[in-house]
Amino acid sequence: MIAKVSHWLDDRLALSSIRELMAHKTVPVHSATRWYYFGGITLFLFGVQVVTGTLLLFYYRPTVAEGFDSVRFIMTRVEFGWLIRSIHSWSANLMIFAAFVHMFSVVFTHAYRPPRELTWASGIALLGLLLGFGFSGYLLPWNQISYFATKVGADVAGTMPLIGPGIARILRGGEDVGAPTLTRFFALHVMVLPMLTAALLAFHVLLVQKNGMSTPPWIPASRVRQMKFFPNFFLREAMVWYGALAVLGALAAIFPWELGEKADPFASAPKGIRPEWYFLAQFYTLKLLPSHVWIIEGELLGLAGFAIAAVSWVLLPVWGVKSSGEARTRLVTGAGIFMATYLVVFTILGYLK
Amino acid sequence: MRLLLFLIVSALLYSQPVKDNCVVCHTAMDGPIQRPALLIKDDVHTANGLSCADCHGGDRTSDDPSAAMNKAKGFVGTPSRKAIPEFCAKCHSSPDLMRRYRPRQRVDQLELYKTSVHGKRLAAGDENVATCVDCHSVHDIRAVKDALSPVHPLHIPDTCGRCHADAKKMVKYGIPTNQVEEYRTSVHWNALSKGGDLSAPTCVSCHGNHGAKPPQVESVAAVCGTCHVLFEQLYQKSPHQPVFSAAGGGGGCIVCHSNHGIHLPSTAMLVGPKAVCSQCHEPATAGGKAAAQLGGWLDSLDASLKHSKEVLARAESSGMEVSEAQTRLLEGQDDLIKAEVALHSFHPEEIHKPIEAGLAVAEETLRAGQAALKEKDFRRIGLAISALFIAITVVALWLLIRRTEMNGSGYVAAPPNN
Repeated sequence: MIAKVSHWLDDRLALSSIRELMAHKTVPVHSATRWYYFGGITLFLFGVQVVTGTLLLFYYRPTVAEGFDSVRFIMTRVEFGWLIRSIHSWSANLMIFAAFVHMFSVVFTHAYRPPRELTWASGIALLGLLLGFGFSGYLLPWNQISYFATKVGADVAGTMPLIGPGIARILRGGEDVGAPTLTRFFALHVMVLPMLTAALLAFHVLLVQKNGMSTPPWIPASRVRQMKFFPNFFLREAMVWYGALAVLGALAAIFPWELGEKADPFASAPKGIRPEWYFLAQFYTLKLLPSHVWIIEGELLGLAGFAIAAVSWVLLPVWGVKSSGEARTRLVTGAGIFMATYLVVFTILGYLK
Repeated sequence: MRLLLFLIVSALLYSQPVKDNCVVCHTAMDGPIQRPALLIKDDVHTANGLSCADCHGGDRTSDDPSAAMNKAKGFVGTPSRKAIPEFCAKCHSSPDLMRRYRPRQRVDQLELYKTSVHGKRLAAGDENVATCVDCHSVHDIRAVKDALSPVHPLHIPDTCGRCHADAKKMVKYGIPTNQVEEYRTSVHWNALSKGGDLSAPTCVSCHGNHGAKPPQVESVAAVCGTCHVLFEQLYQKSPHQPVFSAAGGGGGCIVCHSNHGIHLPSTAMLVGPKAVCSQCHEPATAGGKAAAQLGGWLDSLDASLKHSKEVLARAESSGMEVSEAQTRLLEGQDDLIKAEVALHSFHPEEIHKPIEAGLAVAEETLRAGQAALKEKDFRRIGLAISALFIAITVVALWLLIRRTEMNGSGYVAAPPNN
């Protein structure tokens, strides 16, 4: 009976070719293999986000009047609502962290080399989308901290020359953060960003499948063994995912995500207002800049610096690779160390100051 | 060309501010006669465009002393202490004039002053009493809202205390001198000096400022009631009101709360060794028993609310969401305040209503806090069980991997892609 159903499905879905593909897919085994897991962890946490986010949608109401109360209802009245919301919030943060680790592992193992330029670029775009998820989702509980942090974020975006005021107005849906902003952020968070992310994620995974896993340039090809993806790598990946699930569960149960106080636009901004940790390094950099550097506004100069750094980072496969196709390992490793150190140090300083 | 030159010179001369020769000459002098000229730059009158001559008369444009201080030009010099109130009132009692500078400022200061003890004694020839300049200063008079003004709320106790806390000055009037010292221990001074509440009562809030006199204290309840409205209304209907009024003197609120050194009330005022009730009601009498009962009610509600608050705080610090219960607890705190207010009616049934309501809130929020703590334990147990299951699964996966790869299965020596 099972064979019959399998045969029927095989005729229509060409399952045998997928089985064939999985049987032949391999993963290189070397000293840096463990870093491959971070891409999978990010993917797993994204899946957790989709599931928990969908569950939250059953109760969340995206209005200024009801947003905060609906989240409080989820946290206090809905069975296991506290767990779903806490996992959603913790998973979002762990996902962004895992994505950063994944990105730096690609940099330090020089996996951006041809033919993986598009894998790199799509990965960076995915990281940008994840940050967009973080920024838009942060506002949705409509609490005091998220309200004022979004105000600061939108104001910073508004300082960009020419397009800044327009972007800020589009983001806010007006001159200030209010009801239209919440609706827009909700639409971005549950529709626009998920659709873009799903499409880009499929493209990214397809490229990984097409080009296979990269081996670091310093490991001789003759010494690299290959592990079958299924079941060997898959079982290991499953172990790691279970580990991630345990960490998520522990964080959600021991440190449930705070709800805070309902946003009050007429109240003064809470003391020490700051964005989520993944924007903290940039926020602290902007804070450190003087109001004017020569005739240029300090904040504008900072934003220009971030823009140049972001574009350079996307173009890593261009300037980080010689014409022969080999990676400029020293230059890229140096840039990677600089970038990672900057992010870690400035994030810590941003927290402490 | 000549016409042009004339116009330029005229314009230059015209644009120069008119020189005030009073300030010019007195600044150049030495000793006390120089002092007004140095102080006047900080004076509110100067800031409003007035000069020495606007109060003292004379001609400020003349640099000849005999012309500048000529009585024919209205020069009056320094007024005597007795003449000071009328001297200031020339302007401050003129509605038309004051409207130009301070349209909302009262113009009845002189009339009030005449009704005050200070004014009456001055009229009777006692020149030691306070006149305008003793409180507001002279030549460096500042607006009341100016923090450096001696009549700014924060400085009022010091300003009044300069005389009223001086035993030597007060001895001939036979009045005590400990008012300021007592006031500085009060809730009112605490609210003013530490809480930054400039509307908190100072000496003048109860005694009046320009019309300052003790008789206002005779109607203490009315004075306290200007701020503590509900307390006064309840007190006026209470059985204590006729008794305290009949006692005369400074009855009313101060019988229990004192006057200058008013402290934060507590149930220790009702029961215990420092109870003010026991000054009149023996503990074994009906009044003494009623006081003990009221104190017990208030203490019981206070303790219940504190217990609920502590349980909710414990739940909150464990990461539990208890904000709804915490908001509800505030209603219980309101009930406690209502009971404390109702106490001034001295009718037990009126006091018991908010007590009952508050106890119900305390009970309800306590249950919410306990439920949150129970939920926290449930989560911890749930976490432990799920962690155990995950650990078993991970171990099983690891064993499965080992069995799968026992003979090197799953590995191929294919060349890497890159």
